[in-house]
Amino acid sequence: MGMTISEKILAAHAGKKEVSPGDLIQARIDLALGNDITAPVAITEFARIGVDRVFDPEAIALVPDHFTPNKDINSAEQAKVLREFARKYQITHYFEVGRMGIEHCLLPEQGLVGPGDLIIGADSHTCTYGALGAFSTGVGSTDLAAAMAAGEVWLKVPPSIKFHFYGQLQPFVGGKDLILYTIGQIGVDGALYSAMEFTGETIASLGMDDRFTMANMAIEAGAKNGIFAVDERTIEYVTGRYKKPYTIYTSDPDAEYRLTYEWDVSTLEPQVALPHLPENVRPVREVGNIELQQVVIGSCTNGRLSDLRAAAQILKGHKIHRDLRLIIIPGTQEIYQQALREGLIEIFIDAGAAVSTPTCGPCLGGHMGILARGERALATTNRNFIGRMGHPESEVYLSSPVVAAASAVKGRIVHPEEVLKSA
Amino acid sequence: MLKGKVWRFGQDVDTDMIIPARYLNTSDPAVLAAHCFADVAPEFARQVVPGEIIVADKNFGCGSSREHAPLALKAAGISCVIAASFARIFYRNALNIGLPILESEAAAQEVKAGDLLQVDLAEGINTNLSSGRVYQTKPFPPFMRELINGGGLIPYLRQKLAGTGEV
Repeated sequence: MGMTISEKILAAHAGKKEVSPGDLIQARIDLALGNDITAPVAITEFARIGVDRVFDPEAIALVPDHFTPNKDINSAEQAKVLREFARKYQITHYFEVGRMGIEHCLLPEQGLVGPGDLIIGADSHTCTYGALGAFSTGVGSTDLAAAMAAGEVWLKVPPSIKFHFYGQLQPFVGGKDLILYTIGQIGVDGALYSAMEFTGETIASLGMDDRFTMANMAIEAGAKNGIFAVDERTIEYVTGRYKKPYTIYTSDPDAEYRLTYEWDVSTLEPQVALPHLPENVRPVREVGNIELQQVVIGSCTNGRLSDLRAAAQILKGHKIHRDLRLIIIPGTQEIYQQALREGLIEIFIDAGAAVSTPTCGPCLGGHMGILARGERALATTNRNFIGRMGHPESEVYLSSPVVAAASAVKGRIVHPEEVLKSA
Repeated sequence: MLKGKVWRFGQDVDTDMIIPARYLNTSDPAVLAAHCFADVAPEFARQVVPGEIIVADKNFGCGSSREHAPLALKAAGISCVIAASFARIFYRNALNIGLPILESEAAAQEVKAGDLLQVDLAEGINTNLSSGRVYQTKPFPPFMRELINGGGLIPYLRQKLAGTGEV
């Protein structure tokens, strides 16, 4: 019986020749990740284990990105716990404010994750690294504590679901639209406990940033991980960044899938998720007249350089609507600097946007753009749950950066063509 | 054996509902418990009695990986959550901190708010004392029973590491 790419990576890390869906395994990890919300809980639990060192100081990444730069005294205390732990145990990959980025933008960029790796992170969007052909999944703080001590994690081998996309994408349609469409089709538990494997000619044509966006939102369909085959683009991305030798795994032709979806996406329009679940997806022209008070472009889903370039392409020469705030958050310092060099930040500020240092901030209603009662936001983030970005009676819509940028100009949710036509 | 009155919830109860992110600047279980379901069921934290049980529809605990969600429920006194299905990170977080959770579509369909439930974790037999209906759930594999009985992953790991003498 053949195995999928996910099964092969898990088998290799469990020291087994083969694994099947449903098997409970103890697996060796290549990297464990925590942030300023989840790591403090893990650090308390770590102390209870009673060991005096971490399993490998170079295989742990600690990124204070959620409530940083610290929004209040409590969050400052939490970040301090992280900082002191990192110093005490000489954690190599601790990223202080100013050198920091949103964790799932930062780790691939810094070369800490690569093809064939098994990565766990105490953050649900850890599934992002599947874009590189890694098995990467979100866990909780106690799992992180155990992994920091022992370098292992217990996992149930997930069944795989294949998503095959074919057809050439229309202008203004990309990875975000593909993943929103997918979640709209299968629902927020459509891939529960499963591995989502993205394949097909459309996928092969996507750049790495689009693939990160898609893998990132696998969790919004309930998946354990999202994963892509390694190709020339993957290798080009990791070359010069990822320093360790790596193994490229591929799904066997006779591998078993729980389900297979095949979609012709050649006529797909830009997609928007309506409140209050990421599965409430419609083409942008069918959402109706939705006036906005805030637009956020950034996050671990869409805070990468190509996202900022796409937004700038729309915003160049335009002013945003006078009744609206536009907040743009580059995902890492490196992305921020490159955006500066390319003149993107100037375009944003000229348009009337606020540009922030990297932070998860508004995505989870933490800080840097909280919504008041009755306010409505369009965001390039990943969740639109009740109260996600602020008041329980506020609303969040989700889209790609181009739709978000165009909508910021018009003050309501629009197709990007509306802005380009009026230019 | 657990026994408690039922709080009813629907489908796709997400972790932002269980504990909104604005309260995540602490990990103090008592503070988390005080804000549990603050936005969608503000009466919950005031009225919940230790030992009570949550019954919900599919995909309970979807969203974030925040362990603060099962911690808040446990600290609020919830003894067990029964749902048609669970989101996977919530599932492992709950077991890892020693909060029992059970999957039962039938219970999710039939049990009403205020019903009195009796849960036998060892046998997987769950009785609705208000209606007389019995729901069988799949007993956990030995590995997982050991983990839950030991009080979660950390005591389990502590014992395991002490047993082998290596990390």
